[in-house]
Amino acid sequence: MLSRTADHLYWMSRYLERAENVARMIDAHQRLSLLPRTAEAVMQGWQATLVSLGVADAFFDRHDSPTARPAFDFLAFDRQHPGSIVQCLRAARENARAVRGTITSDVWETLNSTYLESLAFTEKVPESARGEFLEWVRYRAHLIRGVISATLLRDEAHCFTRIGTFIERADNTTRLLESRWRDPGGGGERLRAEASEWAVLLRAMSAFEVFRRLYRDSVTPQRVTEMLLMRDDLPQSVHRCLDELQSGLAAVANSRSDETCRRVGELHARFHYGRFEDFVAEGLPQFLDRFQVRLRELGVRIADDFLVPAS
Amino acid sequence: MRASPYDEMLEASGGPRSHCSDYWRWLEVQPQERLAQKRSEADALFHRVGITFAVYGENSGTERLIPFDIVPRIIPAQEWTRLEAGLAQRVRALNRFIADVYHDQEILRAGVIPAKRVLCNAQYRPEMQGLEVPGGIYAHIAGIDVVRDASGTFRVLEDNLRVPSGVSYMLENRKMMMRLFPELFAHHAVAPVEHYPDLLLENLKSVAPTGVSDPTVVLLTPGMYNSAYFEHAFLAQQMGIELVEGQDLFVLDDALYMRTTRGPQRVDVVYRRVDDDFLDPLSFRPDSTLGVPGLLTVYRAGHVTIANAIGTGLADDKSIYPYVPEMIRFYLAEAPLLENVHTWILDDPEDRAYALDHLEELVVKEVHGAGGYGMLIGPAASAIQIEDFRRRIRAHPERYIAQPTLALSTSPTFSAAGVAPRHIDLRPFVLSGRDVAIVPGGLTRVALREGSLVVNSSQGGGTKDTWVLGP
Repeated sequence: MLSRTADHLYWMSRYLERAENVARMIDAHQRLSLLPRTAEAVMQGWQATLVSLGVADAFFDRHDSPTARPAFDFLAFDRQHPGSIVQCLRAARENARAVRGTITSDVWETLNSTYLESLAFTEKVPESARGEFLEWVRYRAHLIRGVISATLLRDEAHCFTRIGTFIERADNTTRLLESRWRDPGGGGERLRAEASEWAVLLRAMSAFEVFRRLYRDSVTPQRVTEMLLMRDDLPQSVHRCLDELQSGLAAVANSRSDETCRRVGELHARFHYGRFEDFVAEGLPQFLDRFQVRLRELGVRIADDFLVPAS
Repeated sequence: MRASPYDEMLEASGGPRSHCSDYWRWLEVQPQERLAQKRSEADALFHRVGITFAVYGENSGTERLIPFDIVPRIIPAQEWTRLEAGLAQRVRALNRFIADVYHDQEILRAGVIPAKRVLCNAQYRPEMQGLEVPGGIYAHIAGIDVVRDASGTFRVLEDNLRVPSGVSYMLENRKMMMRLFPELFAHHAVAPVEHYPDLLLENLKSVAPTGVSDPTVVLLTPGMYNSAYFEHAFLAQQMGIELVEGQDLFVLDDALYMRTTRGPQRVDVVYRRVDDDFLDPLSFRPDSTLGVPGLLTVYRAGHVTIANAIGTGLADDKSIYPYVPEMIRFYLAEAPLLENVHTWILDDPEDRAYALDHLEELVVKEVHGAGGYGMLIGPAASAIQIEDFRRRIRAHPERYIAQPTLALSTSPTFSAAGVAPRHIDLRPFVLSGRDVAIVPGGLTRVALREGSLVVNSSQGGGTKDTWVLGP
C-alpha cells in the first residue's frame, strides 16, 4: 500500500477517535459542574481538561478564564482551533477524501455526511442542545467505526485504521485519567465527593456499568484507574489498546519496523505483566506523563517506518 | 439570419422523434412536483457522495456540484454507429499525426500542414523527437467534443488529447438515472457504459513497456484540491489501481518507483492527470511540486509508459484543428466521416480580412484557450466587445481563430419553468491501445441558461445522462 495512503488512513481514524474523546472529556466536565462544586472548582476542572489535552496555551491566547461557555466553545466549535471537535471531524473527512478510492463508499459517505452535518454546529448552539451535540459526536463515531468494521477489507488499510484508532485511544484514556488526577476536586466531604467525581468519569467513558460488574464495590480513584489501565478485556483500557497496537503493527511489519515492534512489545509487557501497585508507587500522575511521552515516541516511529519514509 | 436549432427529441412540428416517442410520452405525464423532487434528490445524493469540485479562488471550504439534469439525451442506434466510426477514424489519424511529427514529419514535407504551425507551436515538445512509444500510441484517452448543427449534422468542435476529463460524470449520471427512474430502464434498451473502467485498465495495460508481463498501473493526480480530484479518485478506485501524487513517486536507476508501506514498488504505466508542464521539474517547469524529478529520463529510456504521452497538445491545438480532415486523407487514405466546423485562421491574411468584416456573426476563440474563457460570441456581444476583439486580433492574429456561430442542437431540459429546450454538446471518450474502443454515448453537457451556447461547467453548464438506444 502507498505510504501516503496509509498515512491518511491512520490520521483519518486518529482524528475521528480524537473528536469522540474530546466530546467525552467535555461531557465529563459538564457533568462534574453539575455536582455541588464552587465556581472556582468548576473552573479548575476545565483548566485541568485544557492542560491534559495540551491546548491550554492556545486557549489562553484568546480567552481570559476557563469558564464553562468559552471552554466548551473552544473545545467543540472553534474553527480556528485544530483540536476542536468540528475541526477533528473535518480533518478526518479530508483524510478520507484523499483516500476515497481505498475505503469503501459506505465509509466515505458516512464520514462525509458527518462532516456536512457538523457544519451546522457552531457557537450558536444553545446551552440546552449542547448535550445532544456531544451525544451526536459519540453516535457518529460509533457509526463510522461500525461501517469500517462491516465493510473494509481486512488488509493493510484496515490495519492502519486500527493502529490509528488505538494509539489515539490509549493517548486519550491516559489524558482523561490525568485530568482527573490533576483536578484537585470539589472539597467538602472528601470521600463522597471523590466517589461521585470518578463515577462521572466512568459514565463519560461509557464504562460505569462495566465497573459495577467487575468490582461490585465503591468507586475510588485507584479502582477506576486500575480498570482503565490494566483490564485487557475492556476496549477503552490502555492495556487493550496496546494489545491491538501490537498485533496491528505485527501485521504490517516491514524491514524497517523491528525496533518499533520491539518498543510496543516492551510497553505492552509493562501492562500485561506489571503490577498496578508498582504504578501507584511511582506516582500515578508521573506515570501517566511518562507513558504519554513513550506513546508520542511510538507515533513518530510509526510515521518514519510506514507513513512518511525517507525513501 | 440564423437557422433555428435542431432539437434532439422533438420534430419541428412539436411531436417527438420516433426514437424518443416512448420517453416523451412518459415525460409528458410526469407531474412537475415529482420531477422537482427527483431533481433535489439527485442534488442531495451528489453532495453526500461528494461528487463535487473545488472552485478556484474561493474559500477552501466551498465545494460545488455540477448541476445534473434529469432529462436524458437520447441517441438512436444507427446515428451512434456512424458517429462511432467517425470518432475512431479521427483519433486513429490524430495518433498517426503525432507519431509522424515526432519522427519523420512526412506530413510537413508533403506541405499538407505548414511546418511553422507545428514546430513553432508551444505544445510541440522537442524532447519527444525520435522517441518510440509502445504501439505508437500517444493519445490513449481522447475526449472529442461533438455538436450538432441546425441541419442535424454532427460536427467535431474540438479534440481534447491532453488530459480530457468528465468521464466520471458520464458514469455517475447513469448511476443516478437508474436510481431515480428505474422504471425507464425497464422499457428502454439503453446501451451500458459501466464497463468503461475495465476498458481503460485493459487499454493502459496493453501499452506497458515491452517485456513487462504484469504491469503496475497508477493514476497520477495533482491532489485533492484539483477540481477534477473526484474523477481521479473514482477512476483509480474503479480500476483498482493506486492513486498517486508526485510525492509518492521517485526515480532510481532509470526506473520509476512508488513509496509503499513495504518499501519501493516498481511502476510501469502512469495514467497521468497532470499537465505536461508539471510532470518533471528537471525537464519542464522547475517550480512544479506535482511531478516527479527525473520522470522524463525514465520515459526516454522506455522504462515507463505515460498516458497520454507527453506532447500530444500540439494535435488538439485550435490552430491545428482545421487540418484534421486533411490528416485523415493523408494517413488513412479515407474520406473523413465526421465533419469539422469551418474555421478561419486569423494569421492568414485572407481569413483575417473576412473575419474582421464579419465579427458580429462569428465566434472568436483563443488558440490556446479552454474552458469557455476568452471567447467572443459575435451575435451575443456588444459593439464595445466586438471592437475590443478587433483590436486584439489585429495586434496578435496568430492567437485567434474564428468559426461561424453554430446553432447548437437543443434538448428538453428540466428548468424552474418546466421542461424547456437548452443547448447541448457531446463528449465521447475514445480509448486507443491495441484497438480503439468507445463506450456508447459520452458526456452530454448542457447550457442551463436560456439561449446560452456555453456548456462549460465553469460557465454555468450542467450535464445529462446520455442514452444510446439499442437497434
